[in-house]
This record gives sequence, C-alpha cells and structure tokens, in this order.
Amino acid sequence: MAATPAPLSLSASALSARLRLAAPASRAASARRRGPMVVRAKIREIFMPALSSTMTEGKIVSWSAAEGDRVTKGDAVVVVESDKADMDVETFYDGIVAAVLVPAGESAPVGAPIALLAESEEDVALAVAQAQALSSGQAQQAPPPSDADAPPPPSPPPAAAAPAPVAAGTKGVATPQAKKLAKQHRVDLAKVTGTGQFGRITPADVEAAAGIQPKPKVAPPTAAAPVAAPSVRAVPQASVLPPVPGATVVPFTAMQAAVSKNMVESLSVPAFRVGYPILTDKLDELYEKVKPKGVTMTVLLAKAAAMALAQYPVVNASCRDGASFTYNSSINIAVAVAIDGGLITPVLEQADKLDIYLLSQKWKELVKKARAKQLQPNEYNSGTFTLSNLGMFGVDRFDAILPPGQGAIMAVGASKPTVTADKDGFFSVKNKMLVNVTADHRIVYGADLAAFLQTFAKIIEDPESLTL
Amino acid sequence: MHSGVAVSAPASASAIAGGGARSEAAAASRRPGGIRLCGLRGEALARGSLRISHAPAAARRVAAPRAAAAAPQNGAVAGGGFDYDLVIIGAGVGGHGAALHAVEEGLKTAIIEGDVVGGTCVNRGCVPSKALLAVSGRMRELHDEHHLKSMGLQVSSPGYDRQAVADHANNLASKIRSNLTNSMKAIGVDILTGFGTIVGKQKVRYGKVGFPDKEITAKNIIIATGSVPFVPKGIEIDGKTVFTSDHALKLESVPDWIAIVGSGYIGLEFSDVYTALGSEVTFVEALDQLMPGFDPEIAKLAQRVLINTRKIDYHTGVFASKITPAKDGKPVLIELIDAKTKEHRETLEVDAALIATGRAPFTNGLGLENINVVTQRGFIPVDERMQVTDADGNVVPNLFCIGDANGKLMLAHAASAQGISVIEQISGRDHILNHLSIPAACFTHPEISMVGLTEPQAREKADKEGFEVSVVKTSFKANTKALAENEGDGIAKLIYRPDTGEILGVHILGLHAADLIHEASNAMALGTRLQDIKLAVHAHPTLSEVLDELFKAAKPKEGQERKPKHPPQLLLKVLSFITSVLSSKQ
Repeated sequence: MAATPAPLSLSASALSARLRLAAPASRAASARRRGPMVVRAKIREIFMPALSSTMTEGKIVSWSAAEGDRVTKGDAVVVVESDKADMDVETFYDGIVAAVLVPAGESAPVGAPIALLAESEEDVALAVAQAQALSSGQAQQAPPPSDADAPPPPSPPPAAAAPAPVAAGTKGVATPQAKKLAKQHRVDLAKVTGTGQFGRITPADVEAAAGIQPKPKVAPPTAAAPVAAPSVRAVPQASVLPPVPGATVVPFTAMQAAVSKNMVESLSVPAFRVGYPILTDKLDELYEKVKPKGVTMTVLLAKAAAMALAQYPVVNASCRDGASFTYNSSINIAVAVAIDGGLITPVLEQADKLDIYLLSQKWKELVKKARAKQLQPNEYNSGTFTLSNLGMFGVDRFDAILPPGQGAIMAVGASKPTVTADKDGFFSVKNKMLVNVTADHRIVYGADLAAFLQTFAKIIEDPESLTL
Repeated sequence: MHSGVAVSAPASASAIAGGGARSEAAAASRRPGGIRLCGLRGEALARGSLRISHAPAAARRVAAPRAAAAAPQNGAVAGGGFDYDLVIIGAGVGGHGAALHAVEEGLKTAIIEGDVVGGTCVNRGCVPSKALLAVSGRMRELHDEHHLKSMGLQVSSPGYDRQAVADHANNLASKIRSNLTNSMKAIGVDILTGFGTIVGKQKVRYGKVGFPDKEITAKNIIIATGSVPFVPKGIEIDGKTVFTSDHALKLESVPDWIAIVGSGYIGLEFSDVYTALGSEVTFVEALDQLMPGFDPEIAKLAQRVLINTRKIDYHTGVFASKITPAKDGKPVLIELIDAKTKEHRETLEVDAALIATGRAPFTNGLGLENINVVTQRGFIPVDERMQVTDADGNVVPNLFCIGDANGKLMLAHAASAQGISVIEQISGRDHILNHLSIPAACFTHPEISMVGLTEPQAREKADKEGFEVSVVKTSFKANTKALAENEGDGIAKLIYRPDTGEILGVHILGLHAADLIHEASNAMALGTRLQDIKLAVHAHPTLSEVLDELFKAAKPKEGQERKPKHPPQLLLKVLSFITSVLSSKQ
C-alpha cells in the first residue's frame, strides 16, 4: 500500500487551526514561501466526522468524489462506515477535491483531516503539494514535524506537475485501473512510460513508477516451477531479509510506518553533531522553585532552547529544496514524547515569546491530548526545532536523527553529579548534563551550532532569564 | 364450529387455498381432508375475486378442472371460420407465455417464429448472460483473497477457460430453448416458421423474408416481435471489436480494456462479467449520472459497490459520436462529444466497445401499414389492454401487441405477463395488468432489484395527488445470513404511503436481491398492506429477513384501529381439530 498517511498525520502542515474549525482559511502560501507573488490559496480540510457519540475512529468505505472533482455544498463526498450502516458525508463548502489524504479502506480518527478541498483550480496544485508533503514527509506524529510543505523529495514533482497534477492521460493513454492506481499512489501519469499495447499505461506501469513490487505473480507458477521460483524472487527482493522461522511478524501501524519513512528520509540530509557539557546546578535550583507551579524540566529546556534560537535564527531555519534557507517566522519547539506504540512530537508554539508558566500549561494539555491520540495536526507537525530528552532514564548522552523539514534537533542527556575543575583548578562536584545537537550541514555550520550551544549553555547556567 | 372457521380466519384461509388450489383435482385427491376444506376454499375464491389483479388467477382455477382432466391440448377447432383462434407473431418469452395460457383457455393457437424459439431473452439476453454472470460471480469470489481469508479459505490462482465459459452460456441457451419449444409442442401449439406479416384484418402471411407465401386467418392476433440492440448512428459494428450484447454473449474474446456505451442494466451486467474475467472497463454514459434508471440512492450505492472498487472508470454527460472498430494495427477509437454542447471532449482508445445503449423495437415488415397503424419511434402504440391503436387513435379490433415491441416495459417477464393479460381478455375476462407491480432485476454481484416507483417518482406522485410518502431503509449489514456469507454490502429501501399502508416501491441492492424482490412485488400485485405483511413470519436466519425488517420498520398510520384480527393460531387449532376428528373416524 502506498504511503498510507498515518491517522494522526493527515493534515498539511501549512494548515492552521482555523481550517480545522472549517472556517475559510485563506493564507498566503505559507509563511516561508512568502515571495513577491502572494498566492492566496483557499484550502480547506475535510474531516472525519463523528457519526455517533461513541465513535472515535471512522473507516472510509469509499470516496464518492475523486481527486479533481468539483463538489458543491451538500454533495456527498465520502462514505464512512459506522456501526450499522454506511453513511454519506457531505461537504460544507464548494470546491475541488484536491487531495484525498485517507484512501478508501483506511481509518482515521474523528476530527482528522481526510481530504483537502481547494477553492479554485489555482489552489489545487498547492493543495496537492501539501498533500504530498503530508504523505511523504510528514507523518509527523513521530519525528518532529516540519513546518514544511514539501520536504526535499516531493517538492520537485508538485512544481513540475502543477499544471495538471492529476490530469490523466494527457500524453499517454492510461487504462482505468492505471488511473485509479495513479491517484491512489500519487503517481504523475505524465511521467510514466506506458509499456502496454499501443504504448498505453498499464496498472503495472503505475505500480512500477510508484515503486510497488508487482503482486507475486510468481506465486501461481510455483506449481509449475517450484524450484525456479524462489531463486527468481530472491533477486529483486535482495533487500528483504529472509524470514526467521518461528518469528512473529507484526506490520507497522500507520504511526510506526510514518516514523520509519521519516527516518529513512533523513539519510538524504548531510547531518553533523556537536556536543556540549552544561552545568545544571542553578537550573536544578530554579526547577525546584518553579516545580510547585507546575513547570516541568521539559518546558525549562524548551524555553532555553527557544531563547537561544531567537539569537541564532539559522538554527531555527530549514533547507527544503537544497538550494535555499527557509527562515521560520516563529520558534516552535517540538518535544518528542513516547506514547503507546510510537512517539509523537507535540509542539510548543512561539516558545520564545510565552513565559514558562503559560508554556507549562500548554504542555500539560498537549501531553494529555497526545496520550489520548487526540492531537490536532498543527499541534504535532508545526515544529521548527526539536527537543528530545532521555535524561530521565539515566541516559548520559545520545544522538538524535534529524527530522525532515527541520534544521536541528537537540538530544538531552541526564544531569549527573560530576567532579569538575574550575578555571582556578579547584575541584568541585557539580551537576552536568551532556547536550548533543544534530543539524543539517547544508544550512547550519559548525560555528553556528557551537555559538548556539554556547548561548544555550549560558542560559541554562544562569537561568534567571528563563523566568522573565 | 364449521362456520366459525369460515368467518374468523379469512386471510389465512386464502393463503392456504392459494397453495392448495392450483389444481383442484390434484389437491382433492391428495388431501384426506379435502372435502371439508372446500368450505374454506370457497371463501378464499370469493375474497379473491375482490382483488383486481388476482381475479384471473381465481378464475383460472375454476376453469382448471376442465383442462386438468387431461393435459391441456391445443383447441381442435377454431371458432368463427378462422384457421386459428389466436396467432402470435414471435416466439419469444412473451409469445410463449401467451401461447401456453391460450391453450389452457382452450384456444386453437399458432405461433410464428422467423428466427429461433425463445427470442432475445433465451438466446441473446437474460438467459446466456446469467450463465456468464454465474461464472463472473464465482471468479470474483475466488479472486477476493481478503474475503476468502476472512472466512478461512485458501484458493490458489483461480483461472478460467474462455471457451468453456462461452460454451456454458451457449449450452444454457440451447437447453432453455429446447425446453421452451417442447413445452409448446407438448400442448400442440402450431409452430410456424417464417416471418409474419399482417396483410389485413385478422389475416397473417408468413414465410421467408419478403416472400410470405402462406396465409392464415385468426380471430385474434398478438404481435410479440420483441426488439434488437439499438445502435446509435456513427457507431460501426464489426462484431469483433465493436459489438452489441448479441455478440458479447458469445464471449468470443475477453478484451484487456473494453468501453461500455450505456450504463443501464445491460451495461452494468456486462461490466460485472468483464471485470471479473480480468478486463478493465470504461463506461460512456450520455446522462449526467451512471445507472440513470435506478433509484438515486441505489444508484449511488451501486456506484460505490459495483464501480468505484473495480477496474472501471467512466465518462458521464457524453455521447459516443463515432466509434471505429480496431483495424490496421490501431485500437478502437471512440469519439466523445459533450451531451449538451456537442463539443468534442476526447477520444478514447480501447480494445473493444460494447454498445449497450438500449434496445429498439423490431417491428419492421409487420405490414402495419395495411391496417393503418403507425409506429412511434418503432414502437407499436397500444392501450392499457395491449390493444393496438391505429393512426387515428382508435383501437384495432382483435389485434394486440405485447413485450418490447410496444415499449411499455421492456422486460421478458413483463412481456409474458402482458401476453397472459391479453389471453384473459380474449377469453372474456377483462384484465388490466398493473405494470407497477412488475419487478426488475440487474444480476450484478451483488444484485440490484426493484419494483414500483423510485423515491423521486413516488414523491412527485404524492405531490400531485396530495398524499404523504414515507421511506424506510435497512442494511444488509444487519442481516445475519448476509454476514454469515460475508456479504454485508447492500441496502433495501421501502417507499410507502403511511396513510393507507400501501407499498409504492421497493429497491434492493445486495446479496440475492433479485430473488428477494418478489415478496414485495407480490404484495403490491395482491394489494397487501404493510399492516398485514409486517405480521408475516420469515425463517431465521435468511436473507428474506431484510424485507421483514423493512416491513416492520414501516409505520403505517391506521395499523391499530383495524378490526381485530384473529391470530392464525385459531385456524391451526381448528385444522388440527378437524384432522383429529377425521383420523378418529378412520
């Protein structure tokens, strides 16, 4: 199955909360794309409705409207399965179904976006780009989110395909099933070379373009050539390890699949790491003081990182196309949280601007929602910098993988009493923690990161400013 | 005690009599209690005559003893100096039904057939297509790994032999054809070979096309010449790559990609066959929606179940203005123009095209000009009694037209029902067929069936006539048997008048929908009200409970204040009492 978007990762990151409330959200393409040309895209999300009071998740039976279809208010666009019958779900707005985020047969939690509705033809391309960002990059529940529309790989296609992203058969003729598969797997038919009769694009061509192994046609012939078959299959599937006898195979959940995808994607980013020891006695003192007020260590670290980032915007930037810096307008700290069966990164938005008490309040809500799997997409995929803390487990240092669409991620170890010598040579025992930052070297250089870390250390070592 | 039976349990009595009285002689001889039960039966008949469409059936029973004494035989002598009492032109299902009933009524009957007995339905329509659909249904199941797996089944690489599938369809057609022929021969219907032409009042010639050399006279004539596939102009049929259902049923090839022009019953059924056999299908529909004839809600679900999940795409609101068969190494070309603006939309390149744009009446060469009858778009104009009307709107005496040729309802069983209705009239019993109670079915997987009005039609009628319409629906997902079969896709929908409890229409999409519809269509034909039918018992667990649930969900308003009805148990008690009395006497 194609990039099945994870239930929690369904929305385009560029969409704001306003969209979710189904208010018309018109916004310039997105903050970081602010260019001379202001694209006023009106893109709305279609959400998984709650068909009953007990419904937490809905299964899409089928899409009545396909991508590219124009729908008017009141049209049934999707069929959702409830306990007893299938229900037609209508759209509240006119528009063009730009992208289906949850294909038929899959489930999504109530409130999760299941499709993008563009107001006009021009917006379709943008919506498609967003959707692509979603399906490829972004499954962000896990690794931190990008504010990104389009992480590096997907961005070229939308650009090229923009004029007719889903228009089928403009060049080559594609069979009905080929068209269906192309939609499902977001394959641009214009780029597929048909190998069928009359040069027509067959379902197999689309599957090949989507990188799907052809259905094991080999299986039937096994009867005829039982010996040959395995060896034939072994070659194309070289990367797949042979099955372990007696082992249990558990397929990834959507969230786990998204994590896996993001992790693999990070391999295309030239990342480097810089470590820094920081003394935390003062921070610990402060923590003891503010703890009764509900402030957690996570929030203090996030706040400190945000303050340091404010001075080094490049560390808060990202590289989307390999050719430019994308400076993010706000500092949103994503914090990795382990949850049942995966991890998710709730985002503390504008962490540099809010005080630690407000941040703590927000953080509490986010964690609660995260555990209930009720985070809204913008609450887990709008991060610009990620913080991962394993200190509570006694880990003294580790190294994080850079999430797609972000410039840097900070890995925080445990603060431990350590014998240190000060500049006068006096030994003392102080609490020290090791911080390790992984960054995208295309935009963040060693000196940048070092300076950032130095600032961060200063803030931690003299934490009074955190409470301001 | 005895009188108590007759008065207190009329409804149940008629039910029993309906089953038992088909052939009185037989019933009487079989049942020990036959003599006593006659009292009940008399009551049933008296009530039966009150029902409009049931009247002939009741009357037939009266006539039955005469015919049942021996097997019915074709009347030996025609009355009034005619060669025959009845001549039927066309031995399709309509003509066949009429002939059988005519002989039962003691009419001397001949049937003229220029092609093969059985007509379209048996040879090029419903019958062979069911054979193909039976194959496609099984193929579909065998290929649905998910479905099989969920039932714990494992099947490896199902495949098919095209020729064997085609033979199955062909064999079925021949078998049914010979059954039909034998059934007419057995009762002595004269089967005359040739094309019939009406040369004057009550006079028919028949023979080879253009050479009708034999002339016969008949007191009454029924035209039952049926229809042929309609091919819009601009479409070139070559029978290999561009063809109609006539060719498709021979299954001479299974194209990789076939365009089906028209998304009615025929197109839909063929899409089911072709996709099951591995083809991809593109529908071309002139109207804005697929499956235009169906209740919109059913069509919507059908699209979801039968189209969207399959290897099918479609173009709506377009005409196929030109279709060129594959030749010179080029595929079939289909030019699509916008149905409204007539502008060129696009050109499809496919491997084959099936033209399923409906059927045109086959009424040429019937000699209608000899009797001043003018066809309307080829259809022969008839009144509600199937009597042909001439150019001036007057009824042509002794001339009837049934089936596709009159275009009233182009279904095989409708033709047959019309034929029987005509025979009733000829036999002196006025009869008007209620077309609204004739069910229709589309044998896709799952099947679609319907009877009566669609919801929009019912609402329109209600607006006009000022009554209220209610709709209830139920899902196959709620049916135990359907779930056991793992076939929960489907809905049933009942449209009714809450004020009277009259059923206006029933539409079903789901497993065995075509078989399920008859409970509803019979209720409509017999005028059974929902208040009554909702008390009927259905075996559990069966698919018929889908309808049961539907009837029970309906809320007719005047259900309660009906005069109290005695439970059928009373009748059973009485019957068991009678039986015990009888057996004690023995």
